[in-house]
Amino acid sequence: MAGMRQPHSLAPVLVAALVNLNRPATYAHAGVFQMSVANLVVIGLMVVVFAAAIALPFRRRHKGEQR
Amino acid sequence: MSTHGSAPRSWTARVRDTAVRAMPPERLLPDEQPAYMSSWVYIFGVLTLASLSVIIGSGVILALKGPAWWHYTGVGHFFNSVHLWAVELFFFFMVIHLWAKFFMAAWRGGRARTWASGAVTFLVAIPCAFTGYLSQQNFDSQWIATQAKDGINSTGIGAFFNVLNFGQMYTYHVLLLPVVVVALVVAHVLLVRRHGIVPPLPLADLPKPSP
Amino acid sequence: MKRGRISNRELDRLARNYDGPYRPYDLVKELCVALAVVTALALALAIVFSSPDDPPRTIKQWSHQMPVDFVTTAVSELDGSSDTAGYGPPYNHASTGQHAAFIHLQQWFGVSHPINTPLDYVYEPLASIPGDGPLRAAVAAYRSAPAKMQSAWTTAYADALGKATVGSGDAVQVAPGDYGPVPTMMSALLSLAQSGGLDGDLLTSSQFYETDYTTPLLLMADGGVLTARAQAQHLLGSQWGMMNETGSYPGQVWLWLYTFWYQIEPFSSSANADLLVFLIMGFLSVCLVAVPFIPGVRDIPRWIPLYRYIWRDHYRAQQSTGAGA
Repeated sequence: MAGMRQPHSLAPVLVAALVNLNRPATYAHAGVFQMSVANLVVIGLMVVVFAAAIALPFRRRHKGEQR
Repeated sequence: MSTHGSAPRSWTARVRDTAVRAMPPERLLPDEQPAYMSSWVYIFGVLTLASLSVIIGSGVILALKGPAWWHYTGVGHFFNSVHLWAVELFFFFMVIHLWAKFFMAAWRGGRARTWASGAVTFLVAIPCAFTGYLSQQNFDSQWIATQAKDGINSTGIGAFFNVLNFGQMYTYHVLLLPVVVVALVVAHVLLVRRHGIVPPLPLADLPKPSP
Repeated sequence: MKRGRISNRELDRLARNYDGPYRPYDLVKELCVALAVVTALALALAIVFSSPDDPPRTIKQWSHQMPVDFVTTAVSELDGSSDTAGYGPPYNHASTGQHAAFIHLQQWFGVSHPINTPLDYVYEPLASIPGDGPLRAAVAAYRSAPAKMQSAWTTAYADALGKATVGSGDAVQVAPGDYGPVPTMMSALLSLAQSGGLDGDLLTSSQFYETDYTTPLLLMADGGVLTARAQAQHLLGSQWGMMNETGSYPGQVWLWLYTFWYQIEPFSSSANADLLVFLIMGFLSVCLVAVPFIPGVRDIPRWIPLYRYIWRDHYRAQQSTGAGA
C-alpha cells in the first residue's frame, strides 16, 4: 500500500454518487420510537411491494398453454 | 444396479440410487408448475436467490483486492456500493418472501423443515451481514465493534468471538458464514423441490368433500 | 353448503399431495431474468447513491482534537476507574459482568483477552519513549508509591482536568496542585499520542503482524472520541442506533426488534440489558423457526386471510368447475 494514503480530512469520501446521502439524516419521532427517513422508506417500500404483489393481476405472457 | 454388469452394491451406487430416488431430475428441474401458482408473490424467493448471487459476486471482487482496496480507488468503492445495495435487496426480498410464506401457511403438508431452513437462513444471514459491517475498517466499523462487544460479551460468546478483532471478523465474513448461508440455501431449495410448492388453503366457504 | 373449521392435521393431510392441473414453466429462464433484474437494480442503486465511508478515528486525531478527553481517559486507565478496567471477562476479573438470575455466562466463559489497563495503556507505551530521564524517574516514583498516594494524585488530577484548558500545540493545562508525577506521565503520553506513536504502539505491542484492534479500540471506547461522532450520526443505542447507518443511507432495518427492547423499561435502565435482550431475541428466534408447531401463531394466516387474494385465480377456477376442496 506504499504511496496509497487515505484522505486526511474527516469529510466522508464522495465517489460517483448522483444523489449525495453523505449528510445528516432526518429522523421521525413518535414517543419512544424514532427511525431515519431512509429506513422508513425501505420499510414502506417493502409493505407497498408486498401489497402490490398480492393485488396485481398475474398475467402469463409466455407461449405455454394451460392444460 | 451398477453401471456395467453385476458388481456388488457399492457405497457410490447406493448414494447415487438414494439421491436419484429422492430427487429424480424431473423433480429437481421441472418444466411445469401447479396452476395455482398464479400470483406475483411467488417471485420473491428467486429474487432473494438472485440477490445472494450478486452479493457473492461483488464480494468475490472485493476479496480479490483485499479489505483496504475500496477506500482508495473509485472502482473499489463502486463494488463496495454494489455489495452494500445487494445486501439491502437481499434482506428486502427475503423478508417479503417470509411474509408471503407465512400468510400462505407454507409449512403445511410436511414442509416444516422447508420453513425451518428458511428461518435459520434468515437468522444466520444477520451475523453474516454483521461481520461485514465490522470488516469495513472505517468509523462505522469502529463504532459497531465497540458497541456490539457489550452484547456479545454478556453472553460469554465474546470470549471466543471478538468483534474488535478485524482479522477474525473478516474471516468469518468472507468464508465461514457465507459457506453456512449457501449450504442452508441449497438445503432450503432442495426441500422446496422435494415437497413441491404448497397447495392453497381450502377456502372455508367452499363445500367440504362429502365423507 | 357446510362451513366449518378444518383441523390443522386435516390441513396438513390435504396439503401433502396435489392432483390438479399443471402448466408449463421455465425455471431456469426465471432465474436468469431475476439475476438480470437484481444485477441491474444493484448497479443502479450503486451508481445513484454510492455507499458511505466515514473515515476511522485514530488516537492521534483524538489526542489533537480532544486532548483533555484523551488525558482524562488515560488517567482513568492508570487508576483503574475506566470502563475497560472495571469490565470483567473477557478482559479482566474486575467484575463478574452481566447476569440474568443465576445465569452468569460472561463470568463462566472467563478472561480470554487479558488487558491490564495501567500496564497496557500507560507504563508500556511510556517505556517505549527513548532516553527521557525525568519521565523514567516519574514513572518509577509513581509505581513505587503506596496505592493510597497514587489514588490521591490521580483523583486530584482528574478533578483538575474538569476545568483544564488547551494550550498551544494542543497541550493540556491544569491549575497548580499536588498531582505527584502524574502530569509528567500524562504529558509524555499525550505527546506520544499526538505524534501517532500510540496508535502503532498499542496495535503491535505483542507482534509485528497484527489484525486484532482490541487494545487501541477499547482505549478509544473508554473516551469520548467515538461517542461524539456517533451521537452526531444518530448511532447511539438510545437513538435506535443499531438500525442506522452513517449519513442518510438506509441501515440495518432487520434489527428493529433487537434494538426496540433497549428503548423500554426495564431494559433501558438495567445493567444487565445486553444479556436480557439477547436471551429474549434468542427465544423469539427459536419461535420463528418453530412457527409451524406453535398453536395460535400457525393459525394467523387463517385469521388474517391474505391467502384469499393470493390464490383468488385458483378459487375462481375451482368454483367455476364446481370442484370441492
